[in-house]
Amino acid sequence: MDAIEKNLLKEIAELDSLPVGAYNIRANGELAGRNTTANIDIVTKTDKPGIDIYIRPFTKNESVHIPVILSQTGLKDLVYNDFHIGEGADVTIIAGCGIHNCGGGNAEHDGIHTFWLAKNAKLRYVEKHYGEGDGRGKQIMNPTTIVHLAEGAQMEMETTQIAGVDDTIRKTGGDLAAGASLVVKEKIMTTGDQRAVTDFNVDLNGEGCSANIVSRSVAKDVSKQEFISHINGNCACAGHSECDAIIMDQASVIASPALTANSVDASLIHEAAIGKIAGEQLIKLMTLGLTEKEAEDQIVNGFLK
Amino acid sequence: MLELRNVGYETDDNKEILHDVSLTVQERFVAITGPNGGGKSTLAKVIAGIYQPTSGQILLDGVDITHMSITERANLGLSYAFQQPVRFKGLRVKDLLSLAAGKNTSVTEACNYLSEVGLCARDYIDREINASLSGGELKRIEIAMVLARGTKLSIFDEPEAGIDLWSFQNLIRVFEKMYEQTRGSILIISHQERILNIADKIVVIKDGQIEKEGPRSEILPALLGSADASSPACSVLADKVEGVRS
Repeated sequence: MDAIEKNLLKEIAELDSLPVGAYNIRANGELAGRNTTANIDIVTKTDKPGIDIYIRPFTKNESVHIPVILSQTGLKDLVYNDFHIGEGADVTIIAGCGIHNCGGGNAEHDGIHTFWLAKNAKLRYVEKHYGEGDGRGKQIMNPTTIVHLAEGAQMEMETTQIAGVDDTIRKTGGDLAAGASLVVKEKIMTTGDQRAVTDFNVDLNGEGCSANIVSRSVAKDVSKQEFISHINGNCACAGHSECDAIIMDQASVIASPALTANSVDASLIHEAAIGKIAGEQLIKLMTLGLTEKEAEDQIVNGFLK
Repeated sequence: MLELRNVGYETDDNKEILHDVSLTVQERFVAITGPNGGGKSTLAKVIAGIYQPTSGQILLDGVDITHMSITERANLGLSYAFQQPVRFKGLRVKDLLSLAAGKNTSVTEACNYLSEVGLCARDYIDREINASLSGGELKRIEIAMVLARGTKLSIFDEPEAGIDLWSFQNLIRVFEKMYEQTRGSILIISHQERILNIADKIVVIKDGQIEKEGPRSEILPALLGSADASSPACSVLADKVEGVRS
């Protein structure tokens, strides 16, 4: 692995060396390293590109790293990764995609991740997207995440895209059985003429299940963002979505939160706010000795932290 | 020493808020009081650089700061605790204390500042400065930030507002301790007798002008002396009661 690839790995997975535990590293469309453990198996798919990850029931405190890096210009990479989390397991999966594109062609990674969480399984899923490169080609990522939560399963998804991704359409879909819970925390920053679309669609099917989708974003320069969410409450359940955006310069942000209640006992709430940085926030930090630019950076960094 | 020479401030639509205010602040505690709407907060903002005066001059230790930015004044040693503290989504109490101190504050240091203002530090340092904090909590954090800065001039705009029975005695102790550490002047805008009681100098501002100023021994008895409802202190209280009722 060369210096560029190592740097990408550090950005998306905070890895300086090979991770402890199970991992699968994909570089430029090829397998670059894999490790399995007694409880976690990783198997290459035979019918299409991608892997199946099997986590045994009741596996506790283990993690899986599955970073993808692209450093060849003009490469379009598409993978299907399926995650099978056994009953009562409690694990962390760290995914991420880093693209370094210094050529003239576009570099694109489209990952389709499907999760099956068995009864009472608990998963923390962390996904980080990062792009760099000074070529004319674009860094493009279109992640799709589909989650199926069985009874009592819990999933927390943290997804971050802070820099360098020119174009992205991020789709997340899910269905929840009784007592399951899904929490999504999304953070996005776009600069230049980047475009980011996020689209959530969650079906709350089982009694007492809940979904909470929280998106915080900052749109700078002439970038464009769109936040779409559909929460469908089909029973006694709780759904909440929150889109909070800071808009700067000549950027544009669209927030379209939608709720559908198909049961009188569905309790659904959405909140959406788009606005510039409040003048009094800048003034407060300037009275602490920061310049206006430093104050702005602190506010943006804090907001996305 | 802070010196204001014939400072005036007019809004963009030519409404005069401050008129010919001349004042020096070199004592330990200087209290500014007077009726609501008299120009006290505007004066604090003009000193901090949030508003630019439309006439006159402001000097800090002999340096003309009249046209300096908020940032420049802050870096010269001026701190300002807002009457209504600002909320920040995402920034934590510890972040703001670090920014105020100008360095990465250790947990122990942050704890010290927060304990000074009567907050149990461990419960607060990682909390976001957002809507989950009450007005009183925000007010105390605002005061803790000025403590963390430790500058030669600290301005507090109605520090007592929203502070519950943790009380004036503690607030006053905070000011006294701050002075011991910084040896810098503390300028407090307040309506509270107990705060006026510790002032070395009291300045009464009414209709944008200094109505009177002098040592506490001279000014305070006149403010409080009679039970006459027409005295400024009582009319201020009456204002406040009216405000609460409405």
